[in-house]
Amino acid sequence: MSPVIDIRNLSARTAVSPILRGVSLSVNAGEVMALVGESGAGKSTIAKAVLGILPAGIRVTAGNILFEGADLLTLPPAKLRDLLGVRIALIPQDPLTSLNPARRIGDQLTDGLRLRAGLTRKQALDKALDLLNDVHIREPERVLKRYPHELSGGMRQRVLIAQAFSLKPHVIIADEPTTALDVTVQKQVLRLIRDMQREHGTTLLFVTHDLGVVAQICDRMTVLYGGKVLEEGATADILANPQSAYTKALLAASPRYDKPEQSLKPVPEALIAELKREIGA
Amino acid sequence: MPRDLRIWLGGGFILFLIVVAIFAPLLAPFDPLEQDLMAATAAPGVEPGHWLGTDSLGRDVLSRLIYGTRIALTVAFVAATLACLLGTTLGLLAGYYRGWVDAGVSRLVDIWMAFPPVLLSILLVAVLGAGLTSVIIAIVVIDWTRFARVVRAETLQQARLEYAEAASALGMGRGAILLREVLPNVLPVVLVLLSLEMGIAVIVEAILSFVGLSVSTDAPTWGGMIAEGRQIIYQAWWVLVFPLASLFLTVLAFNQLGDGLRQWLDPMLKR
Repeated sequence: MSPVIDIRNLSARTAVSPILRGVSLSVNAGEVMALVGESGAGKSTIAKAVLGILPAGIRVTAGNILFEGADLLTLPPAKLRDLLGVRIALIPQDPLTSLNPARRIGDQLTDGLRLRAGLTRKQALDKALDLLNDVHIREPERVLKRYPHELSGGMRQRVLIAQAFSLKPHVIIADEPTTALDVTVQKQVLRLIRDMQREHGTTLLFVTHDLGVVAQICDRMTVLYGGKVLEEGATADILANPQSAYTKALLAASPRYDKPEQSLKPVPEALIAELKREIGA
Repeated sequence: MPRDLRIWLGGGFILFLIVVAIFAPLLAPFDPLEQDLMAATAAPGVEPGHWLGTDSLGRDVLSRLIYGTRIALTVAFVAATLACLLGTTLGLLAGYYRGWVDAGVSRLVDIWMAFPPVLLSILLVAVLGAGLTSVIIAIVVIDWTRFARVVRAETLQQARLEYAEAASALGMGRGAILLREVLPNVLPVVLVLLSLEMGIAVIVEAILSFVGLSVSTDAPTWGGMIAEGRQIIYQAWWVLVFPLASLFLTVLAFNQLGDGLRQWLDPMLKR
């Protein structure tokens, strides 16, 4: 299988410290790839680098991000904008702040359809209704006229999912899309993302720190620590038989529904010290 | 005071003033320029028809007040709107594009704020020559900084929020994000400022009329009437008090409207 996104030796840093230390990973067409790691591991930085929306303080120092034969890092901004939303889309982390508070759902959902797909206002609104139906929002006609603050967190995340899928992109990057939601809503949203992904055959890069989420929806996973890839492989293999000591420690630190009596162990300090030595932090 | 009441009272009074200004020729009982020296400084109600009395030249105070509304409102709407357009545009650009645009606008605002505004306006009008256009230009030149400062700060904050980032991940260009995403969130603040600025413009116009730098001195303006009334305050208090009250109520109405709008629009900004 040929990779859709091929990240090679990507390094990035802030003015004071490195964030990514030569990350290489590839995502194949139609699969769900998880980027797993704790805070500061660099998983969101990778996602933002692909989308070209790195915050002002972070810059890429080396590497390539290949997408359909082009390097996203050296693409002119106008060319990159042509890809964004249409070929590569984002499901953002926080549904509460990622929708514009001053604009109606209908206006925000039709932006891409009108500006990028060239639909008329009427066509775009019809399409937006279908999209809201696809993400199982009840009374979509009324929701289109609502402002974001009138919807629940789960509803807003569904709207954002609908927006991400609206232009049928090849790749969707989901940046911790369930972190800001209740556990019960999390599960529904995860299932929705998985169903939509399967239906459209979308390639999904799924950023998360939750191994439970990874086990539920991801085909393959990449474990990051301190901006370096520790291991990469099929989710089932890694969860059953982790190779790196850090992944083992992470699994021991995660609650298991099938073994509730097992106590949780924090990642040992000695291991963290060793990891830091290895990556040179 | 509840916000709805503020909006209704403030907005209602301003609407009333607009009607008065438009229909001034029909509402005014006398020609505001017509002198009647036989009936000079008549107290309210003494001479038939002169309900608010006459001034030292026998001109009807009520008619002059009514015609004065025209100049006050023209200045309020035109000057405040122009100052708003100029300041908001510069503030948006500075807050969104940062860099040298921001540096330029911010330094300009700093320099502007170092001038005492009343002195600057008098100086400007003196240079430009008296007249309504000069008054409007002076207000715009002085007060655009109010809008620029606030809009810049608000834009800086809004552009940093995730919805702007999400929009750029959708492939929207910088200009489109500024106009479609950021501007609607800045607009409530601009609206409130605009209302307050109209009140300020009315005062500045009155100040300039008071020192004789607005429209020609015999044209009826509230500031001009106050200046005239000040000289004969012991013989004819009504010449001073009625225009002063009109000025006071008008500015109060603009401020209440602005305050009411602020409270009304605020919950929409909260997430």
